[in-house]
Amino acid sequence: MSDALRAADRPRVRGLSRPEPSGPGRPVPGGRAARPGWSRVPRAFAGHRLGLAGLALIAFLTLCCFAGPLVYHTDQVHANIQLTNLPPGPGRPLGTDGNGFDVLGRLLVGGQSTLEIGFAVALLATALGVVWGAISGFAGGLADAVMMRVVDIALAIPAIFVLIFLSSVLRPTIGLLVLVLSLLSWLGPARLVRGETLTLRTREFIEAVSVMGGRRLRVVARHLIPNASGVIVVSATFQVADAIILLATLSFLGFGLPPPAATWGGMLSQGTTFLLDGYWWEVYPAGFAIMLTVIAFNLVADALAASLDARHRQQ
Amino acid sequence: MTGFVLRRLGQAVIVVLGVTLVTFLLEHLIPGSLAHAILGARASPGEIAAFNRANGLDHPLAEQYAAFIGRLAAGDLGYSYRLNQSVDSLVLHQLPNDLVLVGAALALALLIAVPLGMAQAVHRNRAIDHVATSAAFALYSMPSYWLALLLIAGLSIGLHAFPAEAPQAAAIGGLLASPRALVLPAATLTLVNVALFSRYMRAAAIATLAEDYVRVARAKGLPARLVLSRHVLRNSLISVTTLVGLSFPAVLTSGLIVEYVYNVPGLGLTYYTAAVNADYPVELGITVLVGVITVLGNLSADLAYAVLDPRIRYE
Repeated sequence: MSDALRAADRPRVRGLSRPEPSGPGRPVPGGRAARPGWSRVPRAFAGHRLGLAGLALIAFLTLCCFAGPLVYHTDQVHANIQLTNLPPGPGRPLGTDGNGFDVLGRLLVGGQSTLEIGFAVALLATALGVVWGAISGFAGGLADAVMMRVVDIALAIPAIFVLIFLSSVLRPTIGLLVLVLSLLSWLGPARLVRGETLTLRTREFIEAVSVMGGRRLRVVARHLIPNASGVIVVSATFQVADAIILLATLSFLGFGLPPPAATWGGMLSQGTTFLLDGYWWEVYPAGFAIMLTVIAFNLVADALAASLDARHRQQ
Repeated sequence: MTGFVLRRLGQAVIVVLGVTLVTFLLEHLIPGSLAHAILGARASPGEIAAFNRANGLDHPLAEQYAAFIGRLAAGDLGYSYRLNQSVDSLVLHQLPNDLVLVGAALALALLIAVPLGMAQAVHRNRAIDHVATSAAFALYSMPSYWLALLLIAGLSIGLHAFPAEAPQAAAIGGLLASPRALVLPAATLTLVNVALFSRYMRAAAIATLAEDYVRVARAKGLPARLVLSRHVLRNSLISVTTLVGLSFPAVLTSGLIVEYVYNVPGLGLTYYTAAVNADYPVELGITVLVGVITVLGNLSADLAYAVLDPRIRYE
């Protein structure tokens, strides 16, 4: 491709990756406006108090779970039957559970695996879904039909059934859970990105790149995916929340990480056996931890979606 | 219309076949072999060979798959060696319980969510919208078992208003004989689905309200009530129908969890018990069934969509 042609498809890419000066779209050669909208996303996001609260909550939870245990030392491996079911008191702010583990310490340690798995699944599932969806939507025809039927088949079996089956057969580890949860979660992003690709591929700038001899891979990687990055980021954020719910559900049912690993779902599941005894500290902290984390990611995702909407409205 | 229906039916058949293939492969993922899993670790090689011969497991995989499809087509979902009962009889026994519980919850959820979403869209950004949006947000950020536990703690243990356990009668008549015990499971499932559907409905109604034909209807002096019922409601329901069809896996997932928490004698609980007891034939039989139900749900939503929206029909 000659330099002149290369230059022709550059303004779009640059407009996406680098913020342009303010003002509505500046006309560029070829008659299309550059898209300055991305610079508005952080500002629009900053206007969403709830989104900022969610972001702050995620930062706070991450800090607590990963730095907390360095300051607040507890033994989460050896059960101590002399310290079981103690109510909150000096030295144990949230009491102890049925095995004598400190509940606050266990929450912090359990949060580590929850956040790690949540982030890893969101990244892996989104990457897989984006590639699959973009290729399927761009290729069209038979390839698209086959690739989308694969997605339909995987969507037809609810994830929890497959997860329970696999966990009953294999011994779950963090790596295995990330892999399996990702293999069950990429379907949403794949459909979403395919839909975006279908609308984008008929747009003039994509046709222009093809006409100028841009290879298919280049069109997908440089033009389709960057232009769909808004919906991708929003979907990835929701994915973290979904993965955390699925993971906690699996642990609650007893098919999550095996002991001695601490999990929020496992804590909740064990705590419910004491619901009638009034040991509230063994039930509510874990439940609210799951809920707060999921709310935080959903808040950020909602605010991101609204900020991207603002970008589209400005155009 | 006929072309659309035939195409959709063809896709559904492909997806169902895919589901059976995935299930078949899952069965062969079992470490060791099915014979080991059923006969136990101390089975002699002779016994295992005899079991494999008796069940056709010594044939090539493709032949086994064909036989599996043949059995499924004849309505044979498998045989539980642990319960010494066919999966068919289990399903026939328990499916009515699920249909009543999940069906009632779905119907109730739609009856609440559709007017609620409409009201939110009409009074957008006013008090009712904020309250309903926040409630829905909190509800869908909760794992369903956490909601179930909160309801048990509040209404069952706290106020003694409803039993914490579903009726334990195996047959459908016994289940309906003590309706009070069905309140909490049904309420949990309903609330989870209201959160999901009211969000869809609000978004769909907001999009419809911005349409030109709504403006025309208002401009020609149609009373507000008729604008809402004839134009906004009917057009918004079209997209909600599809989303409800697509939400089948989520509905079945929360069904499984609600059955586990409230000990409802249904297929979800049976699936859980089968997973705990490594009763693979039951797990796989129910997985196929759930996959088929999901595909039928999507298919009927798509067909309903075609009936409701002439633009699809005459494409």
